[in-house]
Amino acid sequence: MAEIIGIWVAAFLTLCIFSFLYKDNPLYKFAEHLYVGSSAAYMLVYFYFFNIKPMLIDKFIAETGLARWILIIPTFLGVIMLLRIHPKIGWISRWSIAFTMGIGAGIGIVAGIHGYILPQTKATFLPLFIKGDLIQSANNIILVVGVLTTFLFFYFSKEHKGLLKPPVKIGMAFIMVSFGASFGYTVMARLSLLIGRIYFLLHNWLHLI
Amino acid sequence: MFLLIFLLQLSPPLNVQVFDTPNDKGKSISIKWKLSPDDSVLSYYEVFRTTDKKHEYYSRGIVLRGLNKFDDSTQDGEKYWYKVRAVSPTDFADSEPLGPVISYAQWFHHKRWNALILGIVFCGLVLWYIKKAKHGGSLFIRKISGLEAVDDAVGRATESGKPILYLTGLSDMSDVATIASLSILGRVAKRAATYGTPLLVPCYDPIVMSAAQEVVKQAHMEAGRPDTYNESKIFYLTADQFGYAAGVNGIMLREKPGAVFLQGYFFAESLLLAETGNSIGAIQIAGTPATTQLPFFVAACDYTLIGEEMYAASSYLSKEPTLLGSIKGEDFVKLIIIIVISIGILLASLSSFGILKTSASNFINWFSGF
Repeated sequence: MAEIIGIWVAAFLTLCIFSFLYKDNPLYKFAEHLYVGSSAAYMLVYFYFFNIKPMLIDKFIAETGLARWILIIPTFLGVIMLLRIHPKIGWISRWSIAFTMGIGAGIGIVAGIHGYILPQTKATFLPLFIKGDLIQSANNIILVVGVLTTFLFFYFSKEHKGLLKPPVKIGMAFIMVSFGASFGYTVMARLSLLIGRIYFLLHNWLHLI
Repeated sequence: MFLLIFLLQLSPPLNVQVFDTPNDKGKSISIKWKLSPDDSVLSYYEVFRTTDKKHEYYSRGIVLRGLNKFDDSTQDGEKYWYKVRAVSPTDFADSEPLGPVISYAQWFHHKRWNALILGIVFCGLVLWYIKKAKHGGSLFIRKISGLEAVDDAVGRATESGKPILYLTGLSDMSDVATIASLSILGRVAKRAATYGTPLLVPCYDPIVMSAAQEVVKQAHMEAGRPDTYNESKIFYLTADQFGYAAGVNGIMLREKPGAVFLQGYFFAESLLLAETGNSIGAIQIAGTPATTQLPFFVAACDYTLIGEEMYAASSYLSKEPTLLGSIKGEDFVKLIIIIVISIGILLASLSSFGILKTSASNFINWFSGF
């Protein structure tokens, strides 16, 4: 019985969301507010049980020495975020924001160099001509030209004029081709999601297929 | 064969080495050995350890024959002794016990010298250009078409008496895309404050919301309109991806913003947001480094800042020496990378003809770490 009620509720909410395709209406508003409200509440519980409890409370109880007391730092930074409630001392919460931004930028530099720049630079070191393998040679030439011209597109210190114009145009073409491929690929993935939802309505709910 | 082994006695694993696992965050000890001469008749190797040499050893795990490495999880600072047992169906032979070994975390990953060197070079160049910019050196940045439209979009929303909707993406404050987005938000908020246009910023992340409130507040003060700052217009929606998309779509339909800015890191919800913005006739300026979502923004928005254009945006808009210097520094780094790639391609091409093979190999391997 509970399963049948669940299917009816899911089907009703699915149709409410799909009604957005016609125009904004009370059914969509109801589903939207229900979704936003329940997901916000769910995330609150999720953050507590998957972040605060295991990473702070449980660790503080389980650990000893430095590993335990170092947890005071994130706790302090978290608590001062709440000071925003009070207008006079709200500025202290900027410390937490600055800390998070600094950490993000710092980690980003190392991750960028080690995760993107070095491996991608190395992957472009390709021979332009391979004896007896014309197709691979052509592939390598396309890849190398694509990388270098796309790089030039993102060069901001010179206007895209004169000598720089033709390679930048080629770079732009490479970018658009990759966007087209990515667009088609993702649209196919979205269609499979739509098929999944329609299958739910026709199979689980209406038993038509 | 088994009878022969039985008569001759099984050989233990040879040359056993026990050491703290290098380049890690601690809590691990590595055990390595040379395969037993009787490896072909073994079932497996079993690793034993104890925390007191006088006490009994207990099993920590097995490794199939032919393999010679085992990583054991440990407590940092504790002393451990190890031995490795070669086990056949009928017999076993233990190596000599080794220890004590203590695991600890390393401050530096010794296979990442290349990242450190490049990091110093890149940061050095950026700092040098920033210094140059601060001392009044002229730094040119080319026009970025999407950015030219920022002021137009704010102006259009003002003329039509509609609010501006600004989305900072679905990433948190540790993402560089969000930091860049907040920088652009500062510019948009300043313009909006100057014209007295309402600015709505529904947020996905509570910390991003706090940062966005600070940015908008600062923008209102710079515009000389601190009285018009309304904190409740920069609000938290939900941290659920499609819940957020549904909420923002609802806001778009009800508030009917004249301009929509989608700046930051977006995921699968990008097309839902951009399409709804398009359907209400808002001028839309998107910017994201998410390559999988860029095609949707290009298709559905009026202007799109592609990848690094978004990062360059804040410096272009503000013309601040510090930000301009960093973009110039990055450009110089790009030139260096183009030169390095060209050298690599030349060496790889020569190497395919048997010329400079060692130099090419050394050069390419430098990029994988030491």
